[in-house]
Amino acid sequence: MVVGVARYLGARLAERLSAEASVDRVVGVDLVEPTQSIGGAEFVRADIRTSDIGRAIDRVAPDTVVHMNILATRADAGGRTPQKEINVIGTMQLLAACQRSRSVRKVVVKSSTTVYGSGPQSPALFAEDMVAGAHSRRGYEKDAGEVEAYVRGFSRRRPDVGVTILRFANVLGPQIRTGLTDYFMLPVVPVVLGRDPRFQLVHELDCIEALRLATVEHRPGIFNVAGDGFLVLSQALRRAGRPGLPLPTLNTPFVGGVLKRAGIVDMDSALVRFLTYGRGVETTRMRTQLKFDPVFSTVATFDAFADERTRGGLLDRDRIRTVEHAVRNILTGEDTRGR
Amino acid sequence: MADSPLPGLLDRVASAAGRVLRDHLGVDGERLDQLVAFAGRRLTGEFEVDPFGFDPELTETVLLPLLRPLYQHWFRVEVRGIENVPETGAALVAANHSGTLPLDSLMTQLAVHDTHPKTRHLRALGATLVFQLPVVADLARKSGTTLACNEDVEALLGSGELVGVWPEGFKGVGKPFSQRYKLQRFGRGGFVSAALRTKAPIIPCSIVGAEEIYPMIGNAESLARLLGLPYFPLTPTFPWLGPLGLVPLPSKWIIEFGEPIRTDDYPPGAADDPMVVFELTDQVRDTIQATLIELLELRGPAFG
Repeated sequence: MVVGVARYLGARLAERLSAEASVDRVVGVDLVEPTQSIGGAEFVRADIRTSDIGRAIDRVAPDTVVHMNILATRADAGGRTPQKEINVIGTMQLLAACQRSRSVRKVVVKSSTTVYGSGPQSPALFAEDMVAGAHSRRGYEKDAGEVEAYVRGFSRRRPDVGVTILRFANVLGPQIRTGLTDYFMLPVVPVVLGRDPRFQLVHELDCIEALRLATVEHRPGIFNVAGDGFLVLSQALRRAGRPGLPLPTLNTPFVGGVLKRAGIVDMDSALVRFLTYGRGVETTRMRTQLKFDPVFSTVATFDAFADERTRGGLLDRDRIRTVEHAVRNILTGEDTRGR
Repeated sequence: MADSPLPGLLDRVASAAGRVLRDHLGVDGERLDQLVAFAGRRLTGEFEVDPFGFDPELTETVLLPLLRPLYQHWFRVEVRGIENVPETGAALVAANHSGTLPLDSLMTQLAVHDTHPKTRHLRALGATLVFQLPVVADLARKSGTTLACNEDVEALLGSGELVGVWPEGFKGVGKPFSQRYKLQRFGRGGFVSAALRTKAPIIPCSIVGAEEIYPMIGNAESLARLLGLPYFPLTPTFPWLGPLGLVPLPSKWIIEFGEPIRTDDYPPGAADDPMVVFELTDQVRDTIQATLIELLELRGPAFG
């Protein structure tokens, strides 16, 4: 059972799982009908915030539940209040239903590296056991932490159920739409003055594959999932051919408000902190215990996204290269193309 | 772009202009060509940073060359004992800290890079304050500095890097001029635990000269509290001369790397034994203090 099937990753996972030979039946649950293909999966309408979800679980009697209904952007939920309700109350309802169910043997939760937060005191690389206290956290960072706390509580009460928490770095790719994709697609991208955060990415296909692996195989535990290598923001913007606009802060009501009201991008405090301080996670456990090797590195993920979605920006890389070659021709008097 | 006539025309114009530049104006094409290629890579984002945000290309092409005049001509840094820094593998350089602004860590980074036969990069550890300040945080990460916390030190040493630590922290950098060359407390010895855990040798490093660059004769404590800084320095020139007061005094520097102290023959668990940790910390501290006194004799007058 895939909970949160109406959104892009949920639909793709349901489609992928229904093609799997070892899986007999895939049921996708969400409040609204998925607009994208979910393959051979059945759709069941249920509201995760109510006991609806418990009745759905009783009826379907799944052995594995994949919880993908944790929303990172408040715009997806229609505001901060519904976002929090879906994330926190939804997780409580879902886990309560799983706890009561006799059929559920495995729970997979799509969490995020946002649980680590980001700030000046963050170590360069967070390992799985380094989740800081919940102090000073707001918005989605707080939700992500609370969701995991409920999941830990659940695994204490039902030690017979295998629980896998996958903490994904930001997911990007040619198809998916997130707060970060909207941000990179702005014609001029606001950045924090004097800050060049570094970050990791996961390709949408790698994300689905990691979730599939955790669903089909038995790999209980908590795992960070991120592609190899790092990007810094300035580098990403240049790869996307987008000029950055340095502002003293992105947190002012003015900047955030203008961007939000114009319907361009909705930056919440967690995203702003991420774009100020960046974040890095350790992925050794992903390789050794989850036995998952992402196909796409962070840079390859970004390029896959940029090639599809940000072509023809003001500072497009092809234009820069043409200028570079012209200048180098002047300097050396030979054709540098093809070097 | 290949089938548009414009680039072809551009190329022809370009190579003609190039001939003029080279043959008649005597411009060194190769060097400029490398710079343009570098600029091209920066503008298209074709470079790599490591997990700590270290950008070796930017550091070598831009950041270190900016510091080099200060290093060579202003402070006239003399480096001794660079052969004590291993050619490969992890090591932890522990040095005294002074000078009101931490120029000593920058100069040590440059000293290691420029005099070491393998031009190794010294990966410095910085205080939280460094990572709170815009621009500073960014430049620190790009030049290979990371937060001084156990996780980062052990990760760096574990991957065989050369790490630099200034265990006195703000107590050293922000001490009054009258306390010059008197080492402050070496924290809780966290750097020693990290070295023990990763079995990396500790190289005591003594820096003479940084104490005189901004002689701190007073500290505006209430102003520091207001600004959230650990201290607000008053020197003979700052803040009285405004930005001019930021020019450091041209003292003569000596940086000496001492003999490595091995940490690989301790029993497992030594890193959590406060006795071992404090003993080693004191050994490092005493070595640096003794060397400082010797080097001061050797150097003679500060501005000679």
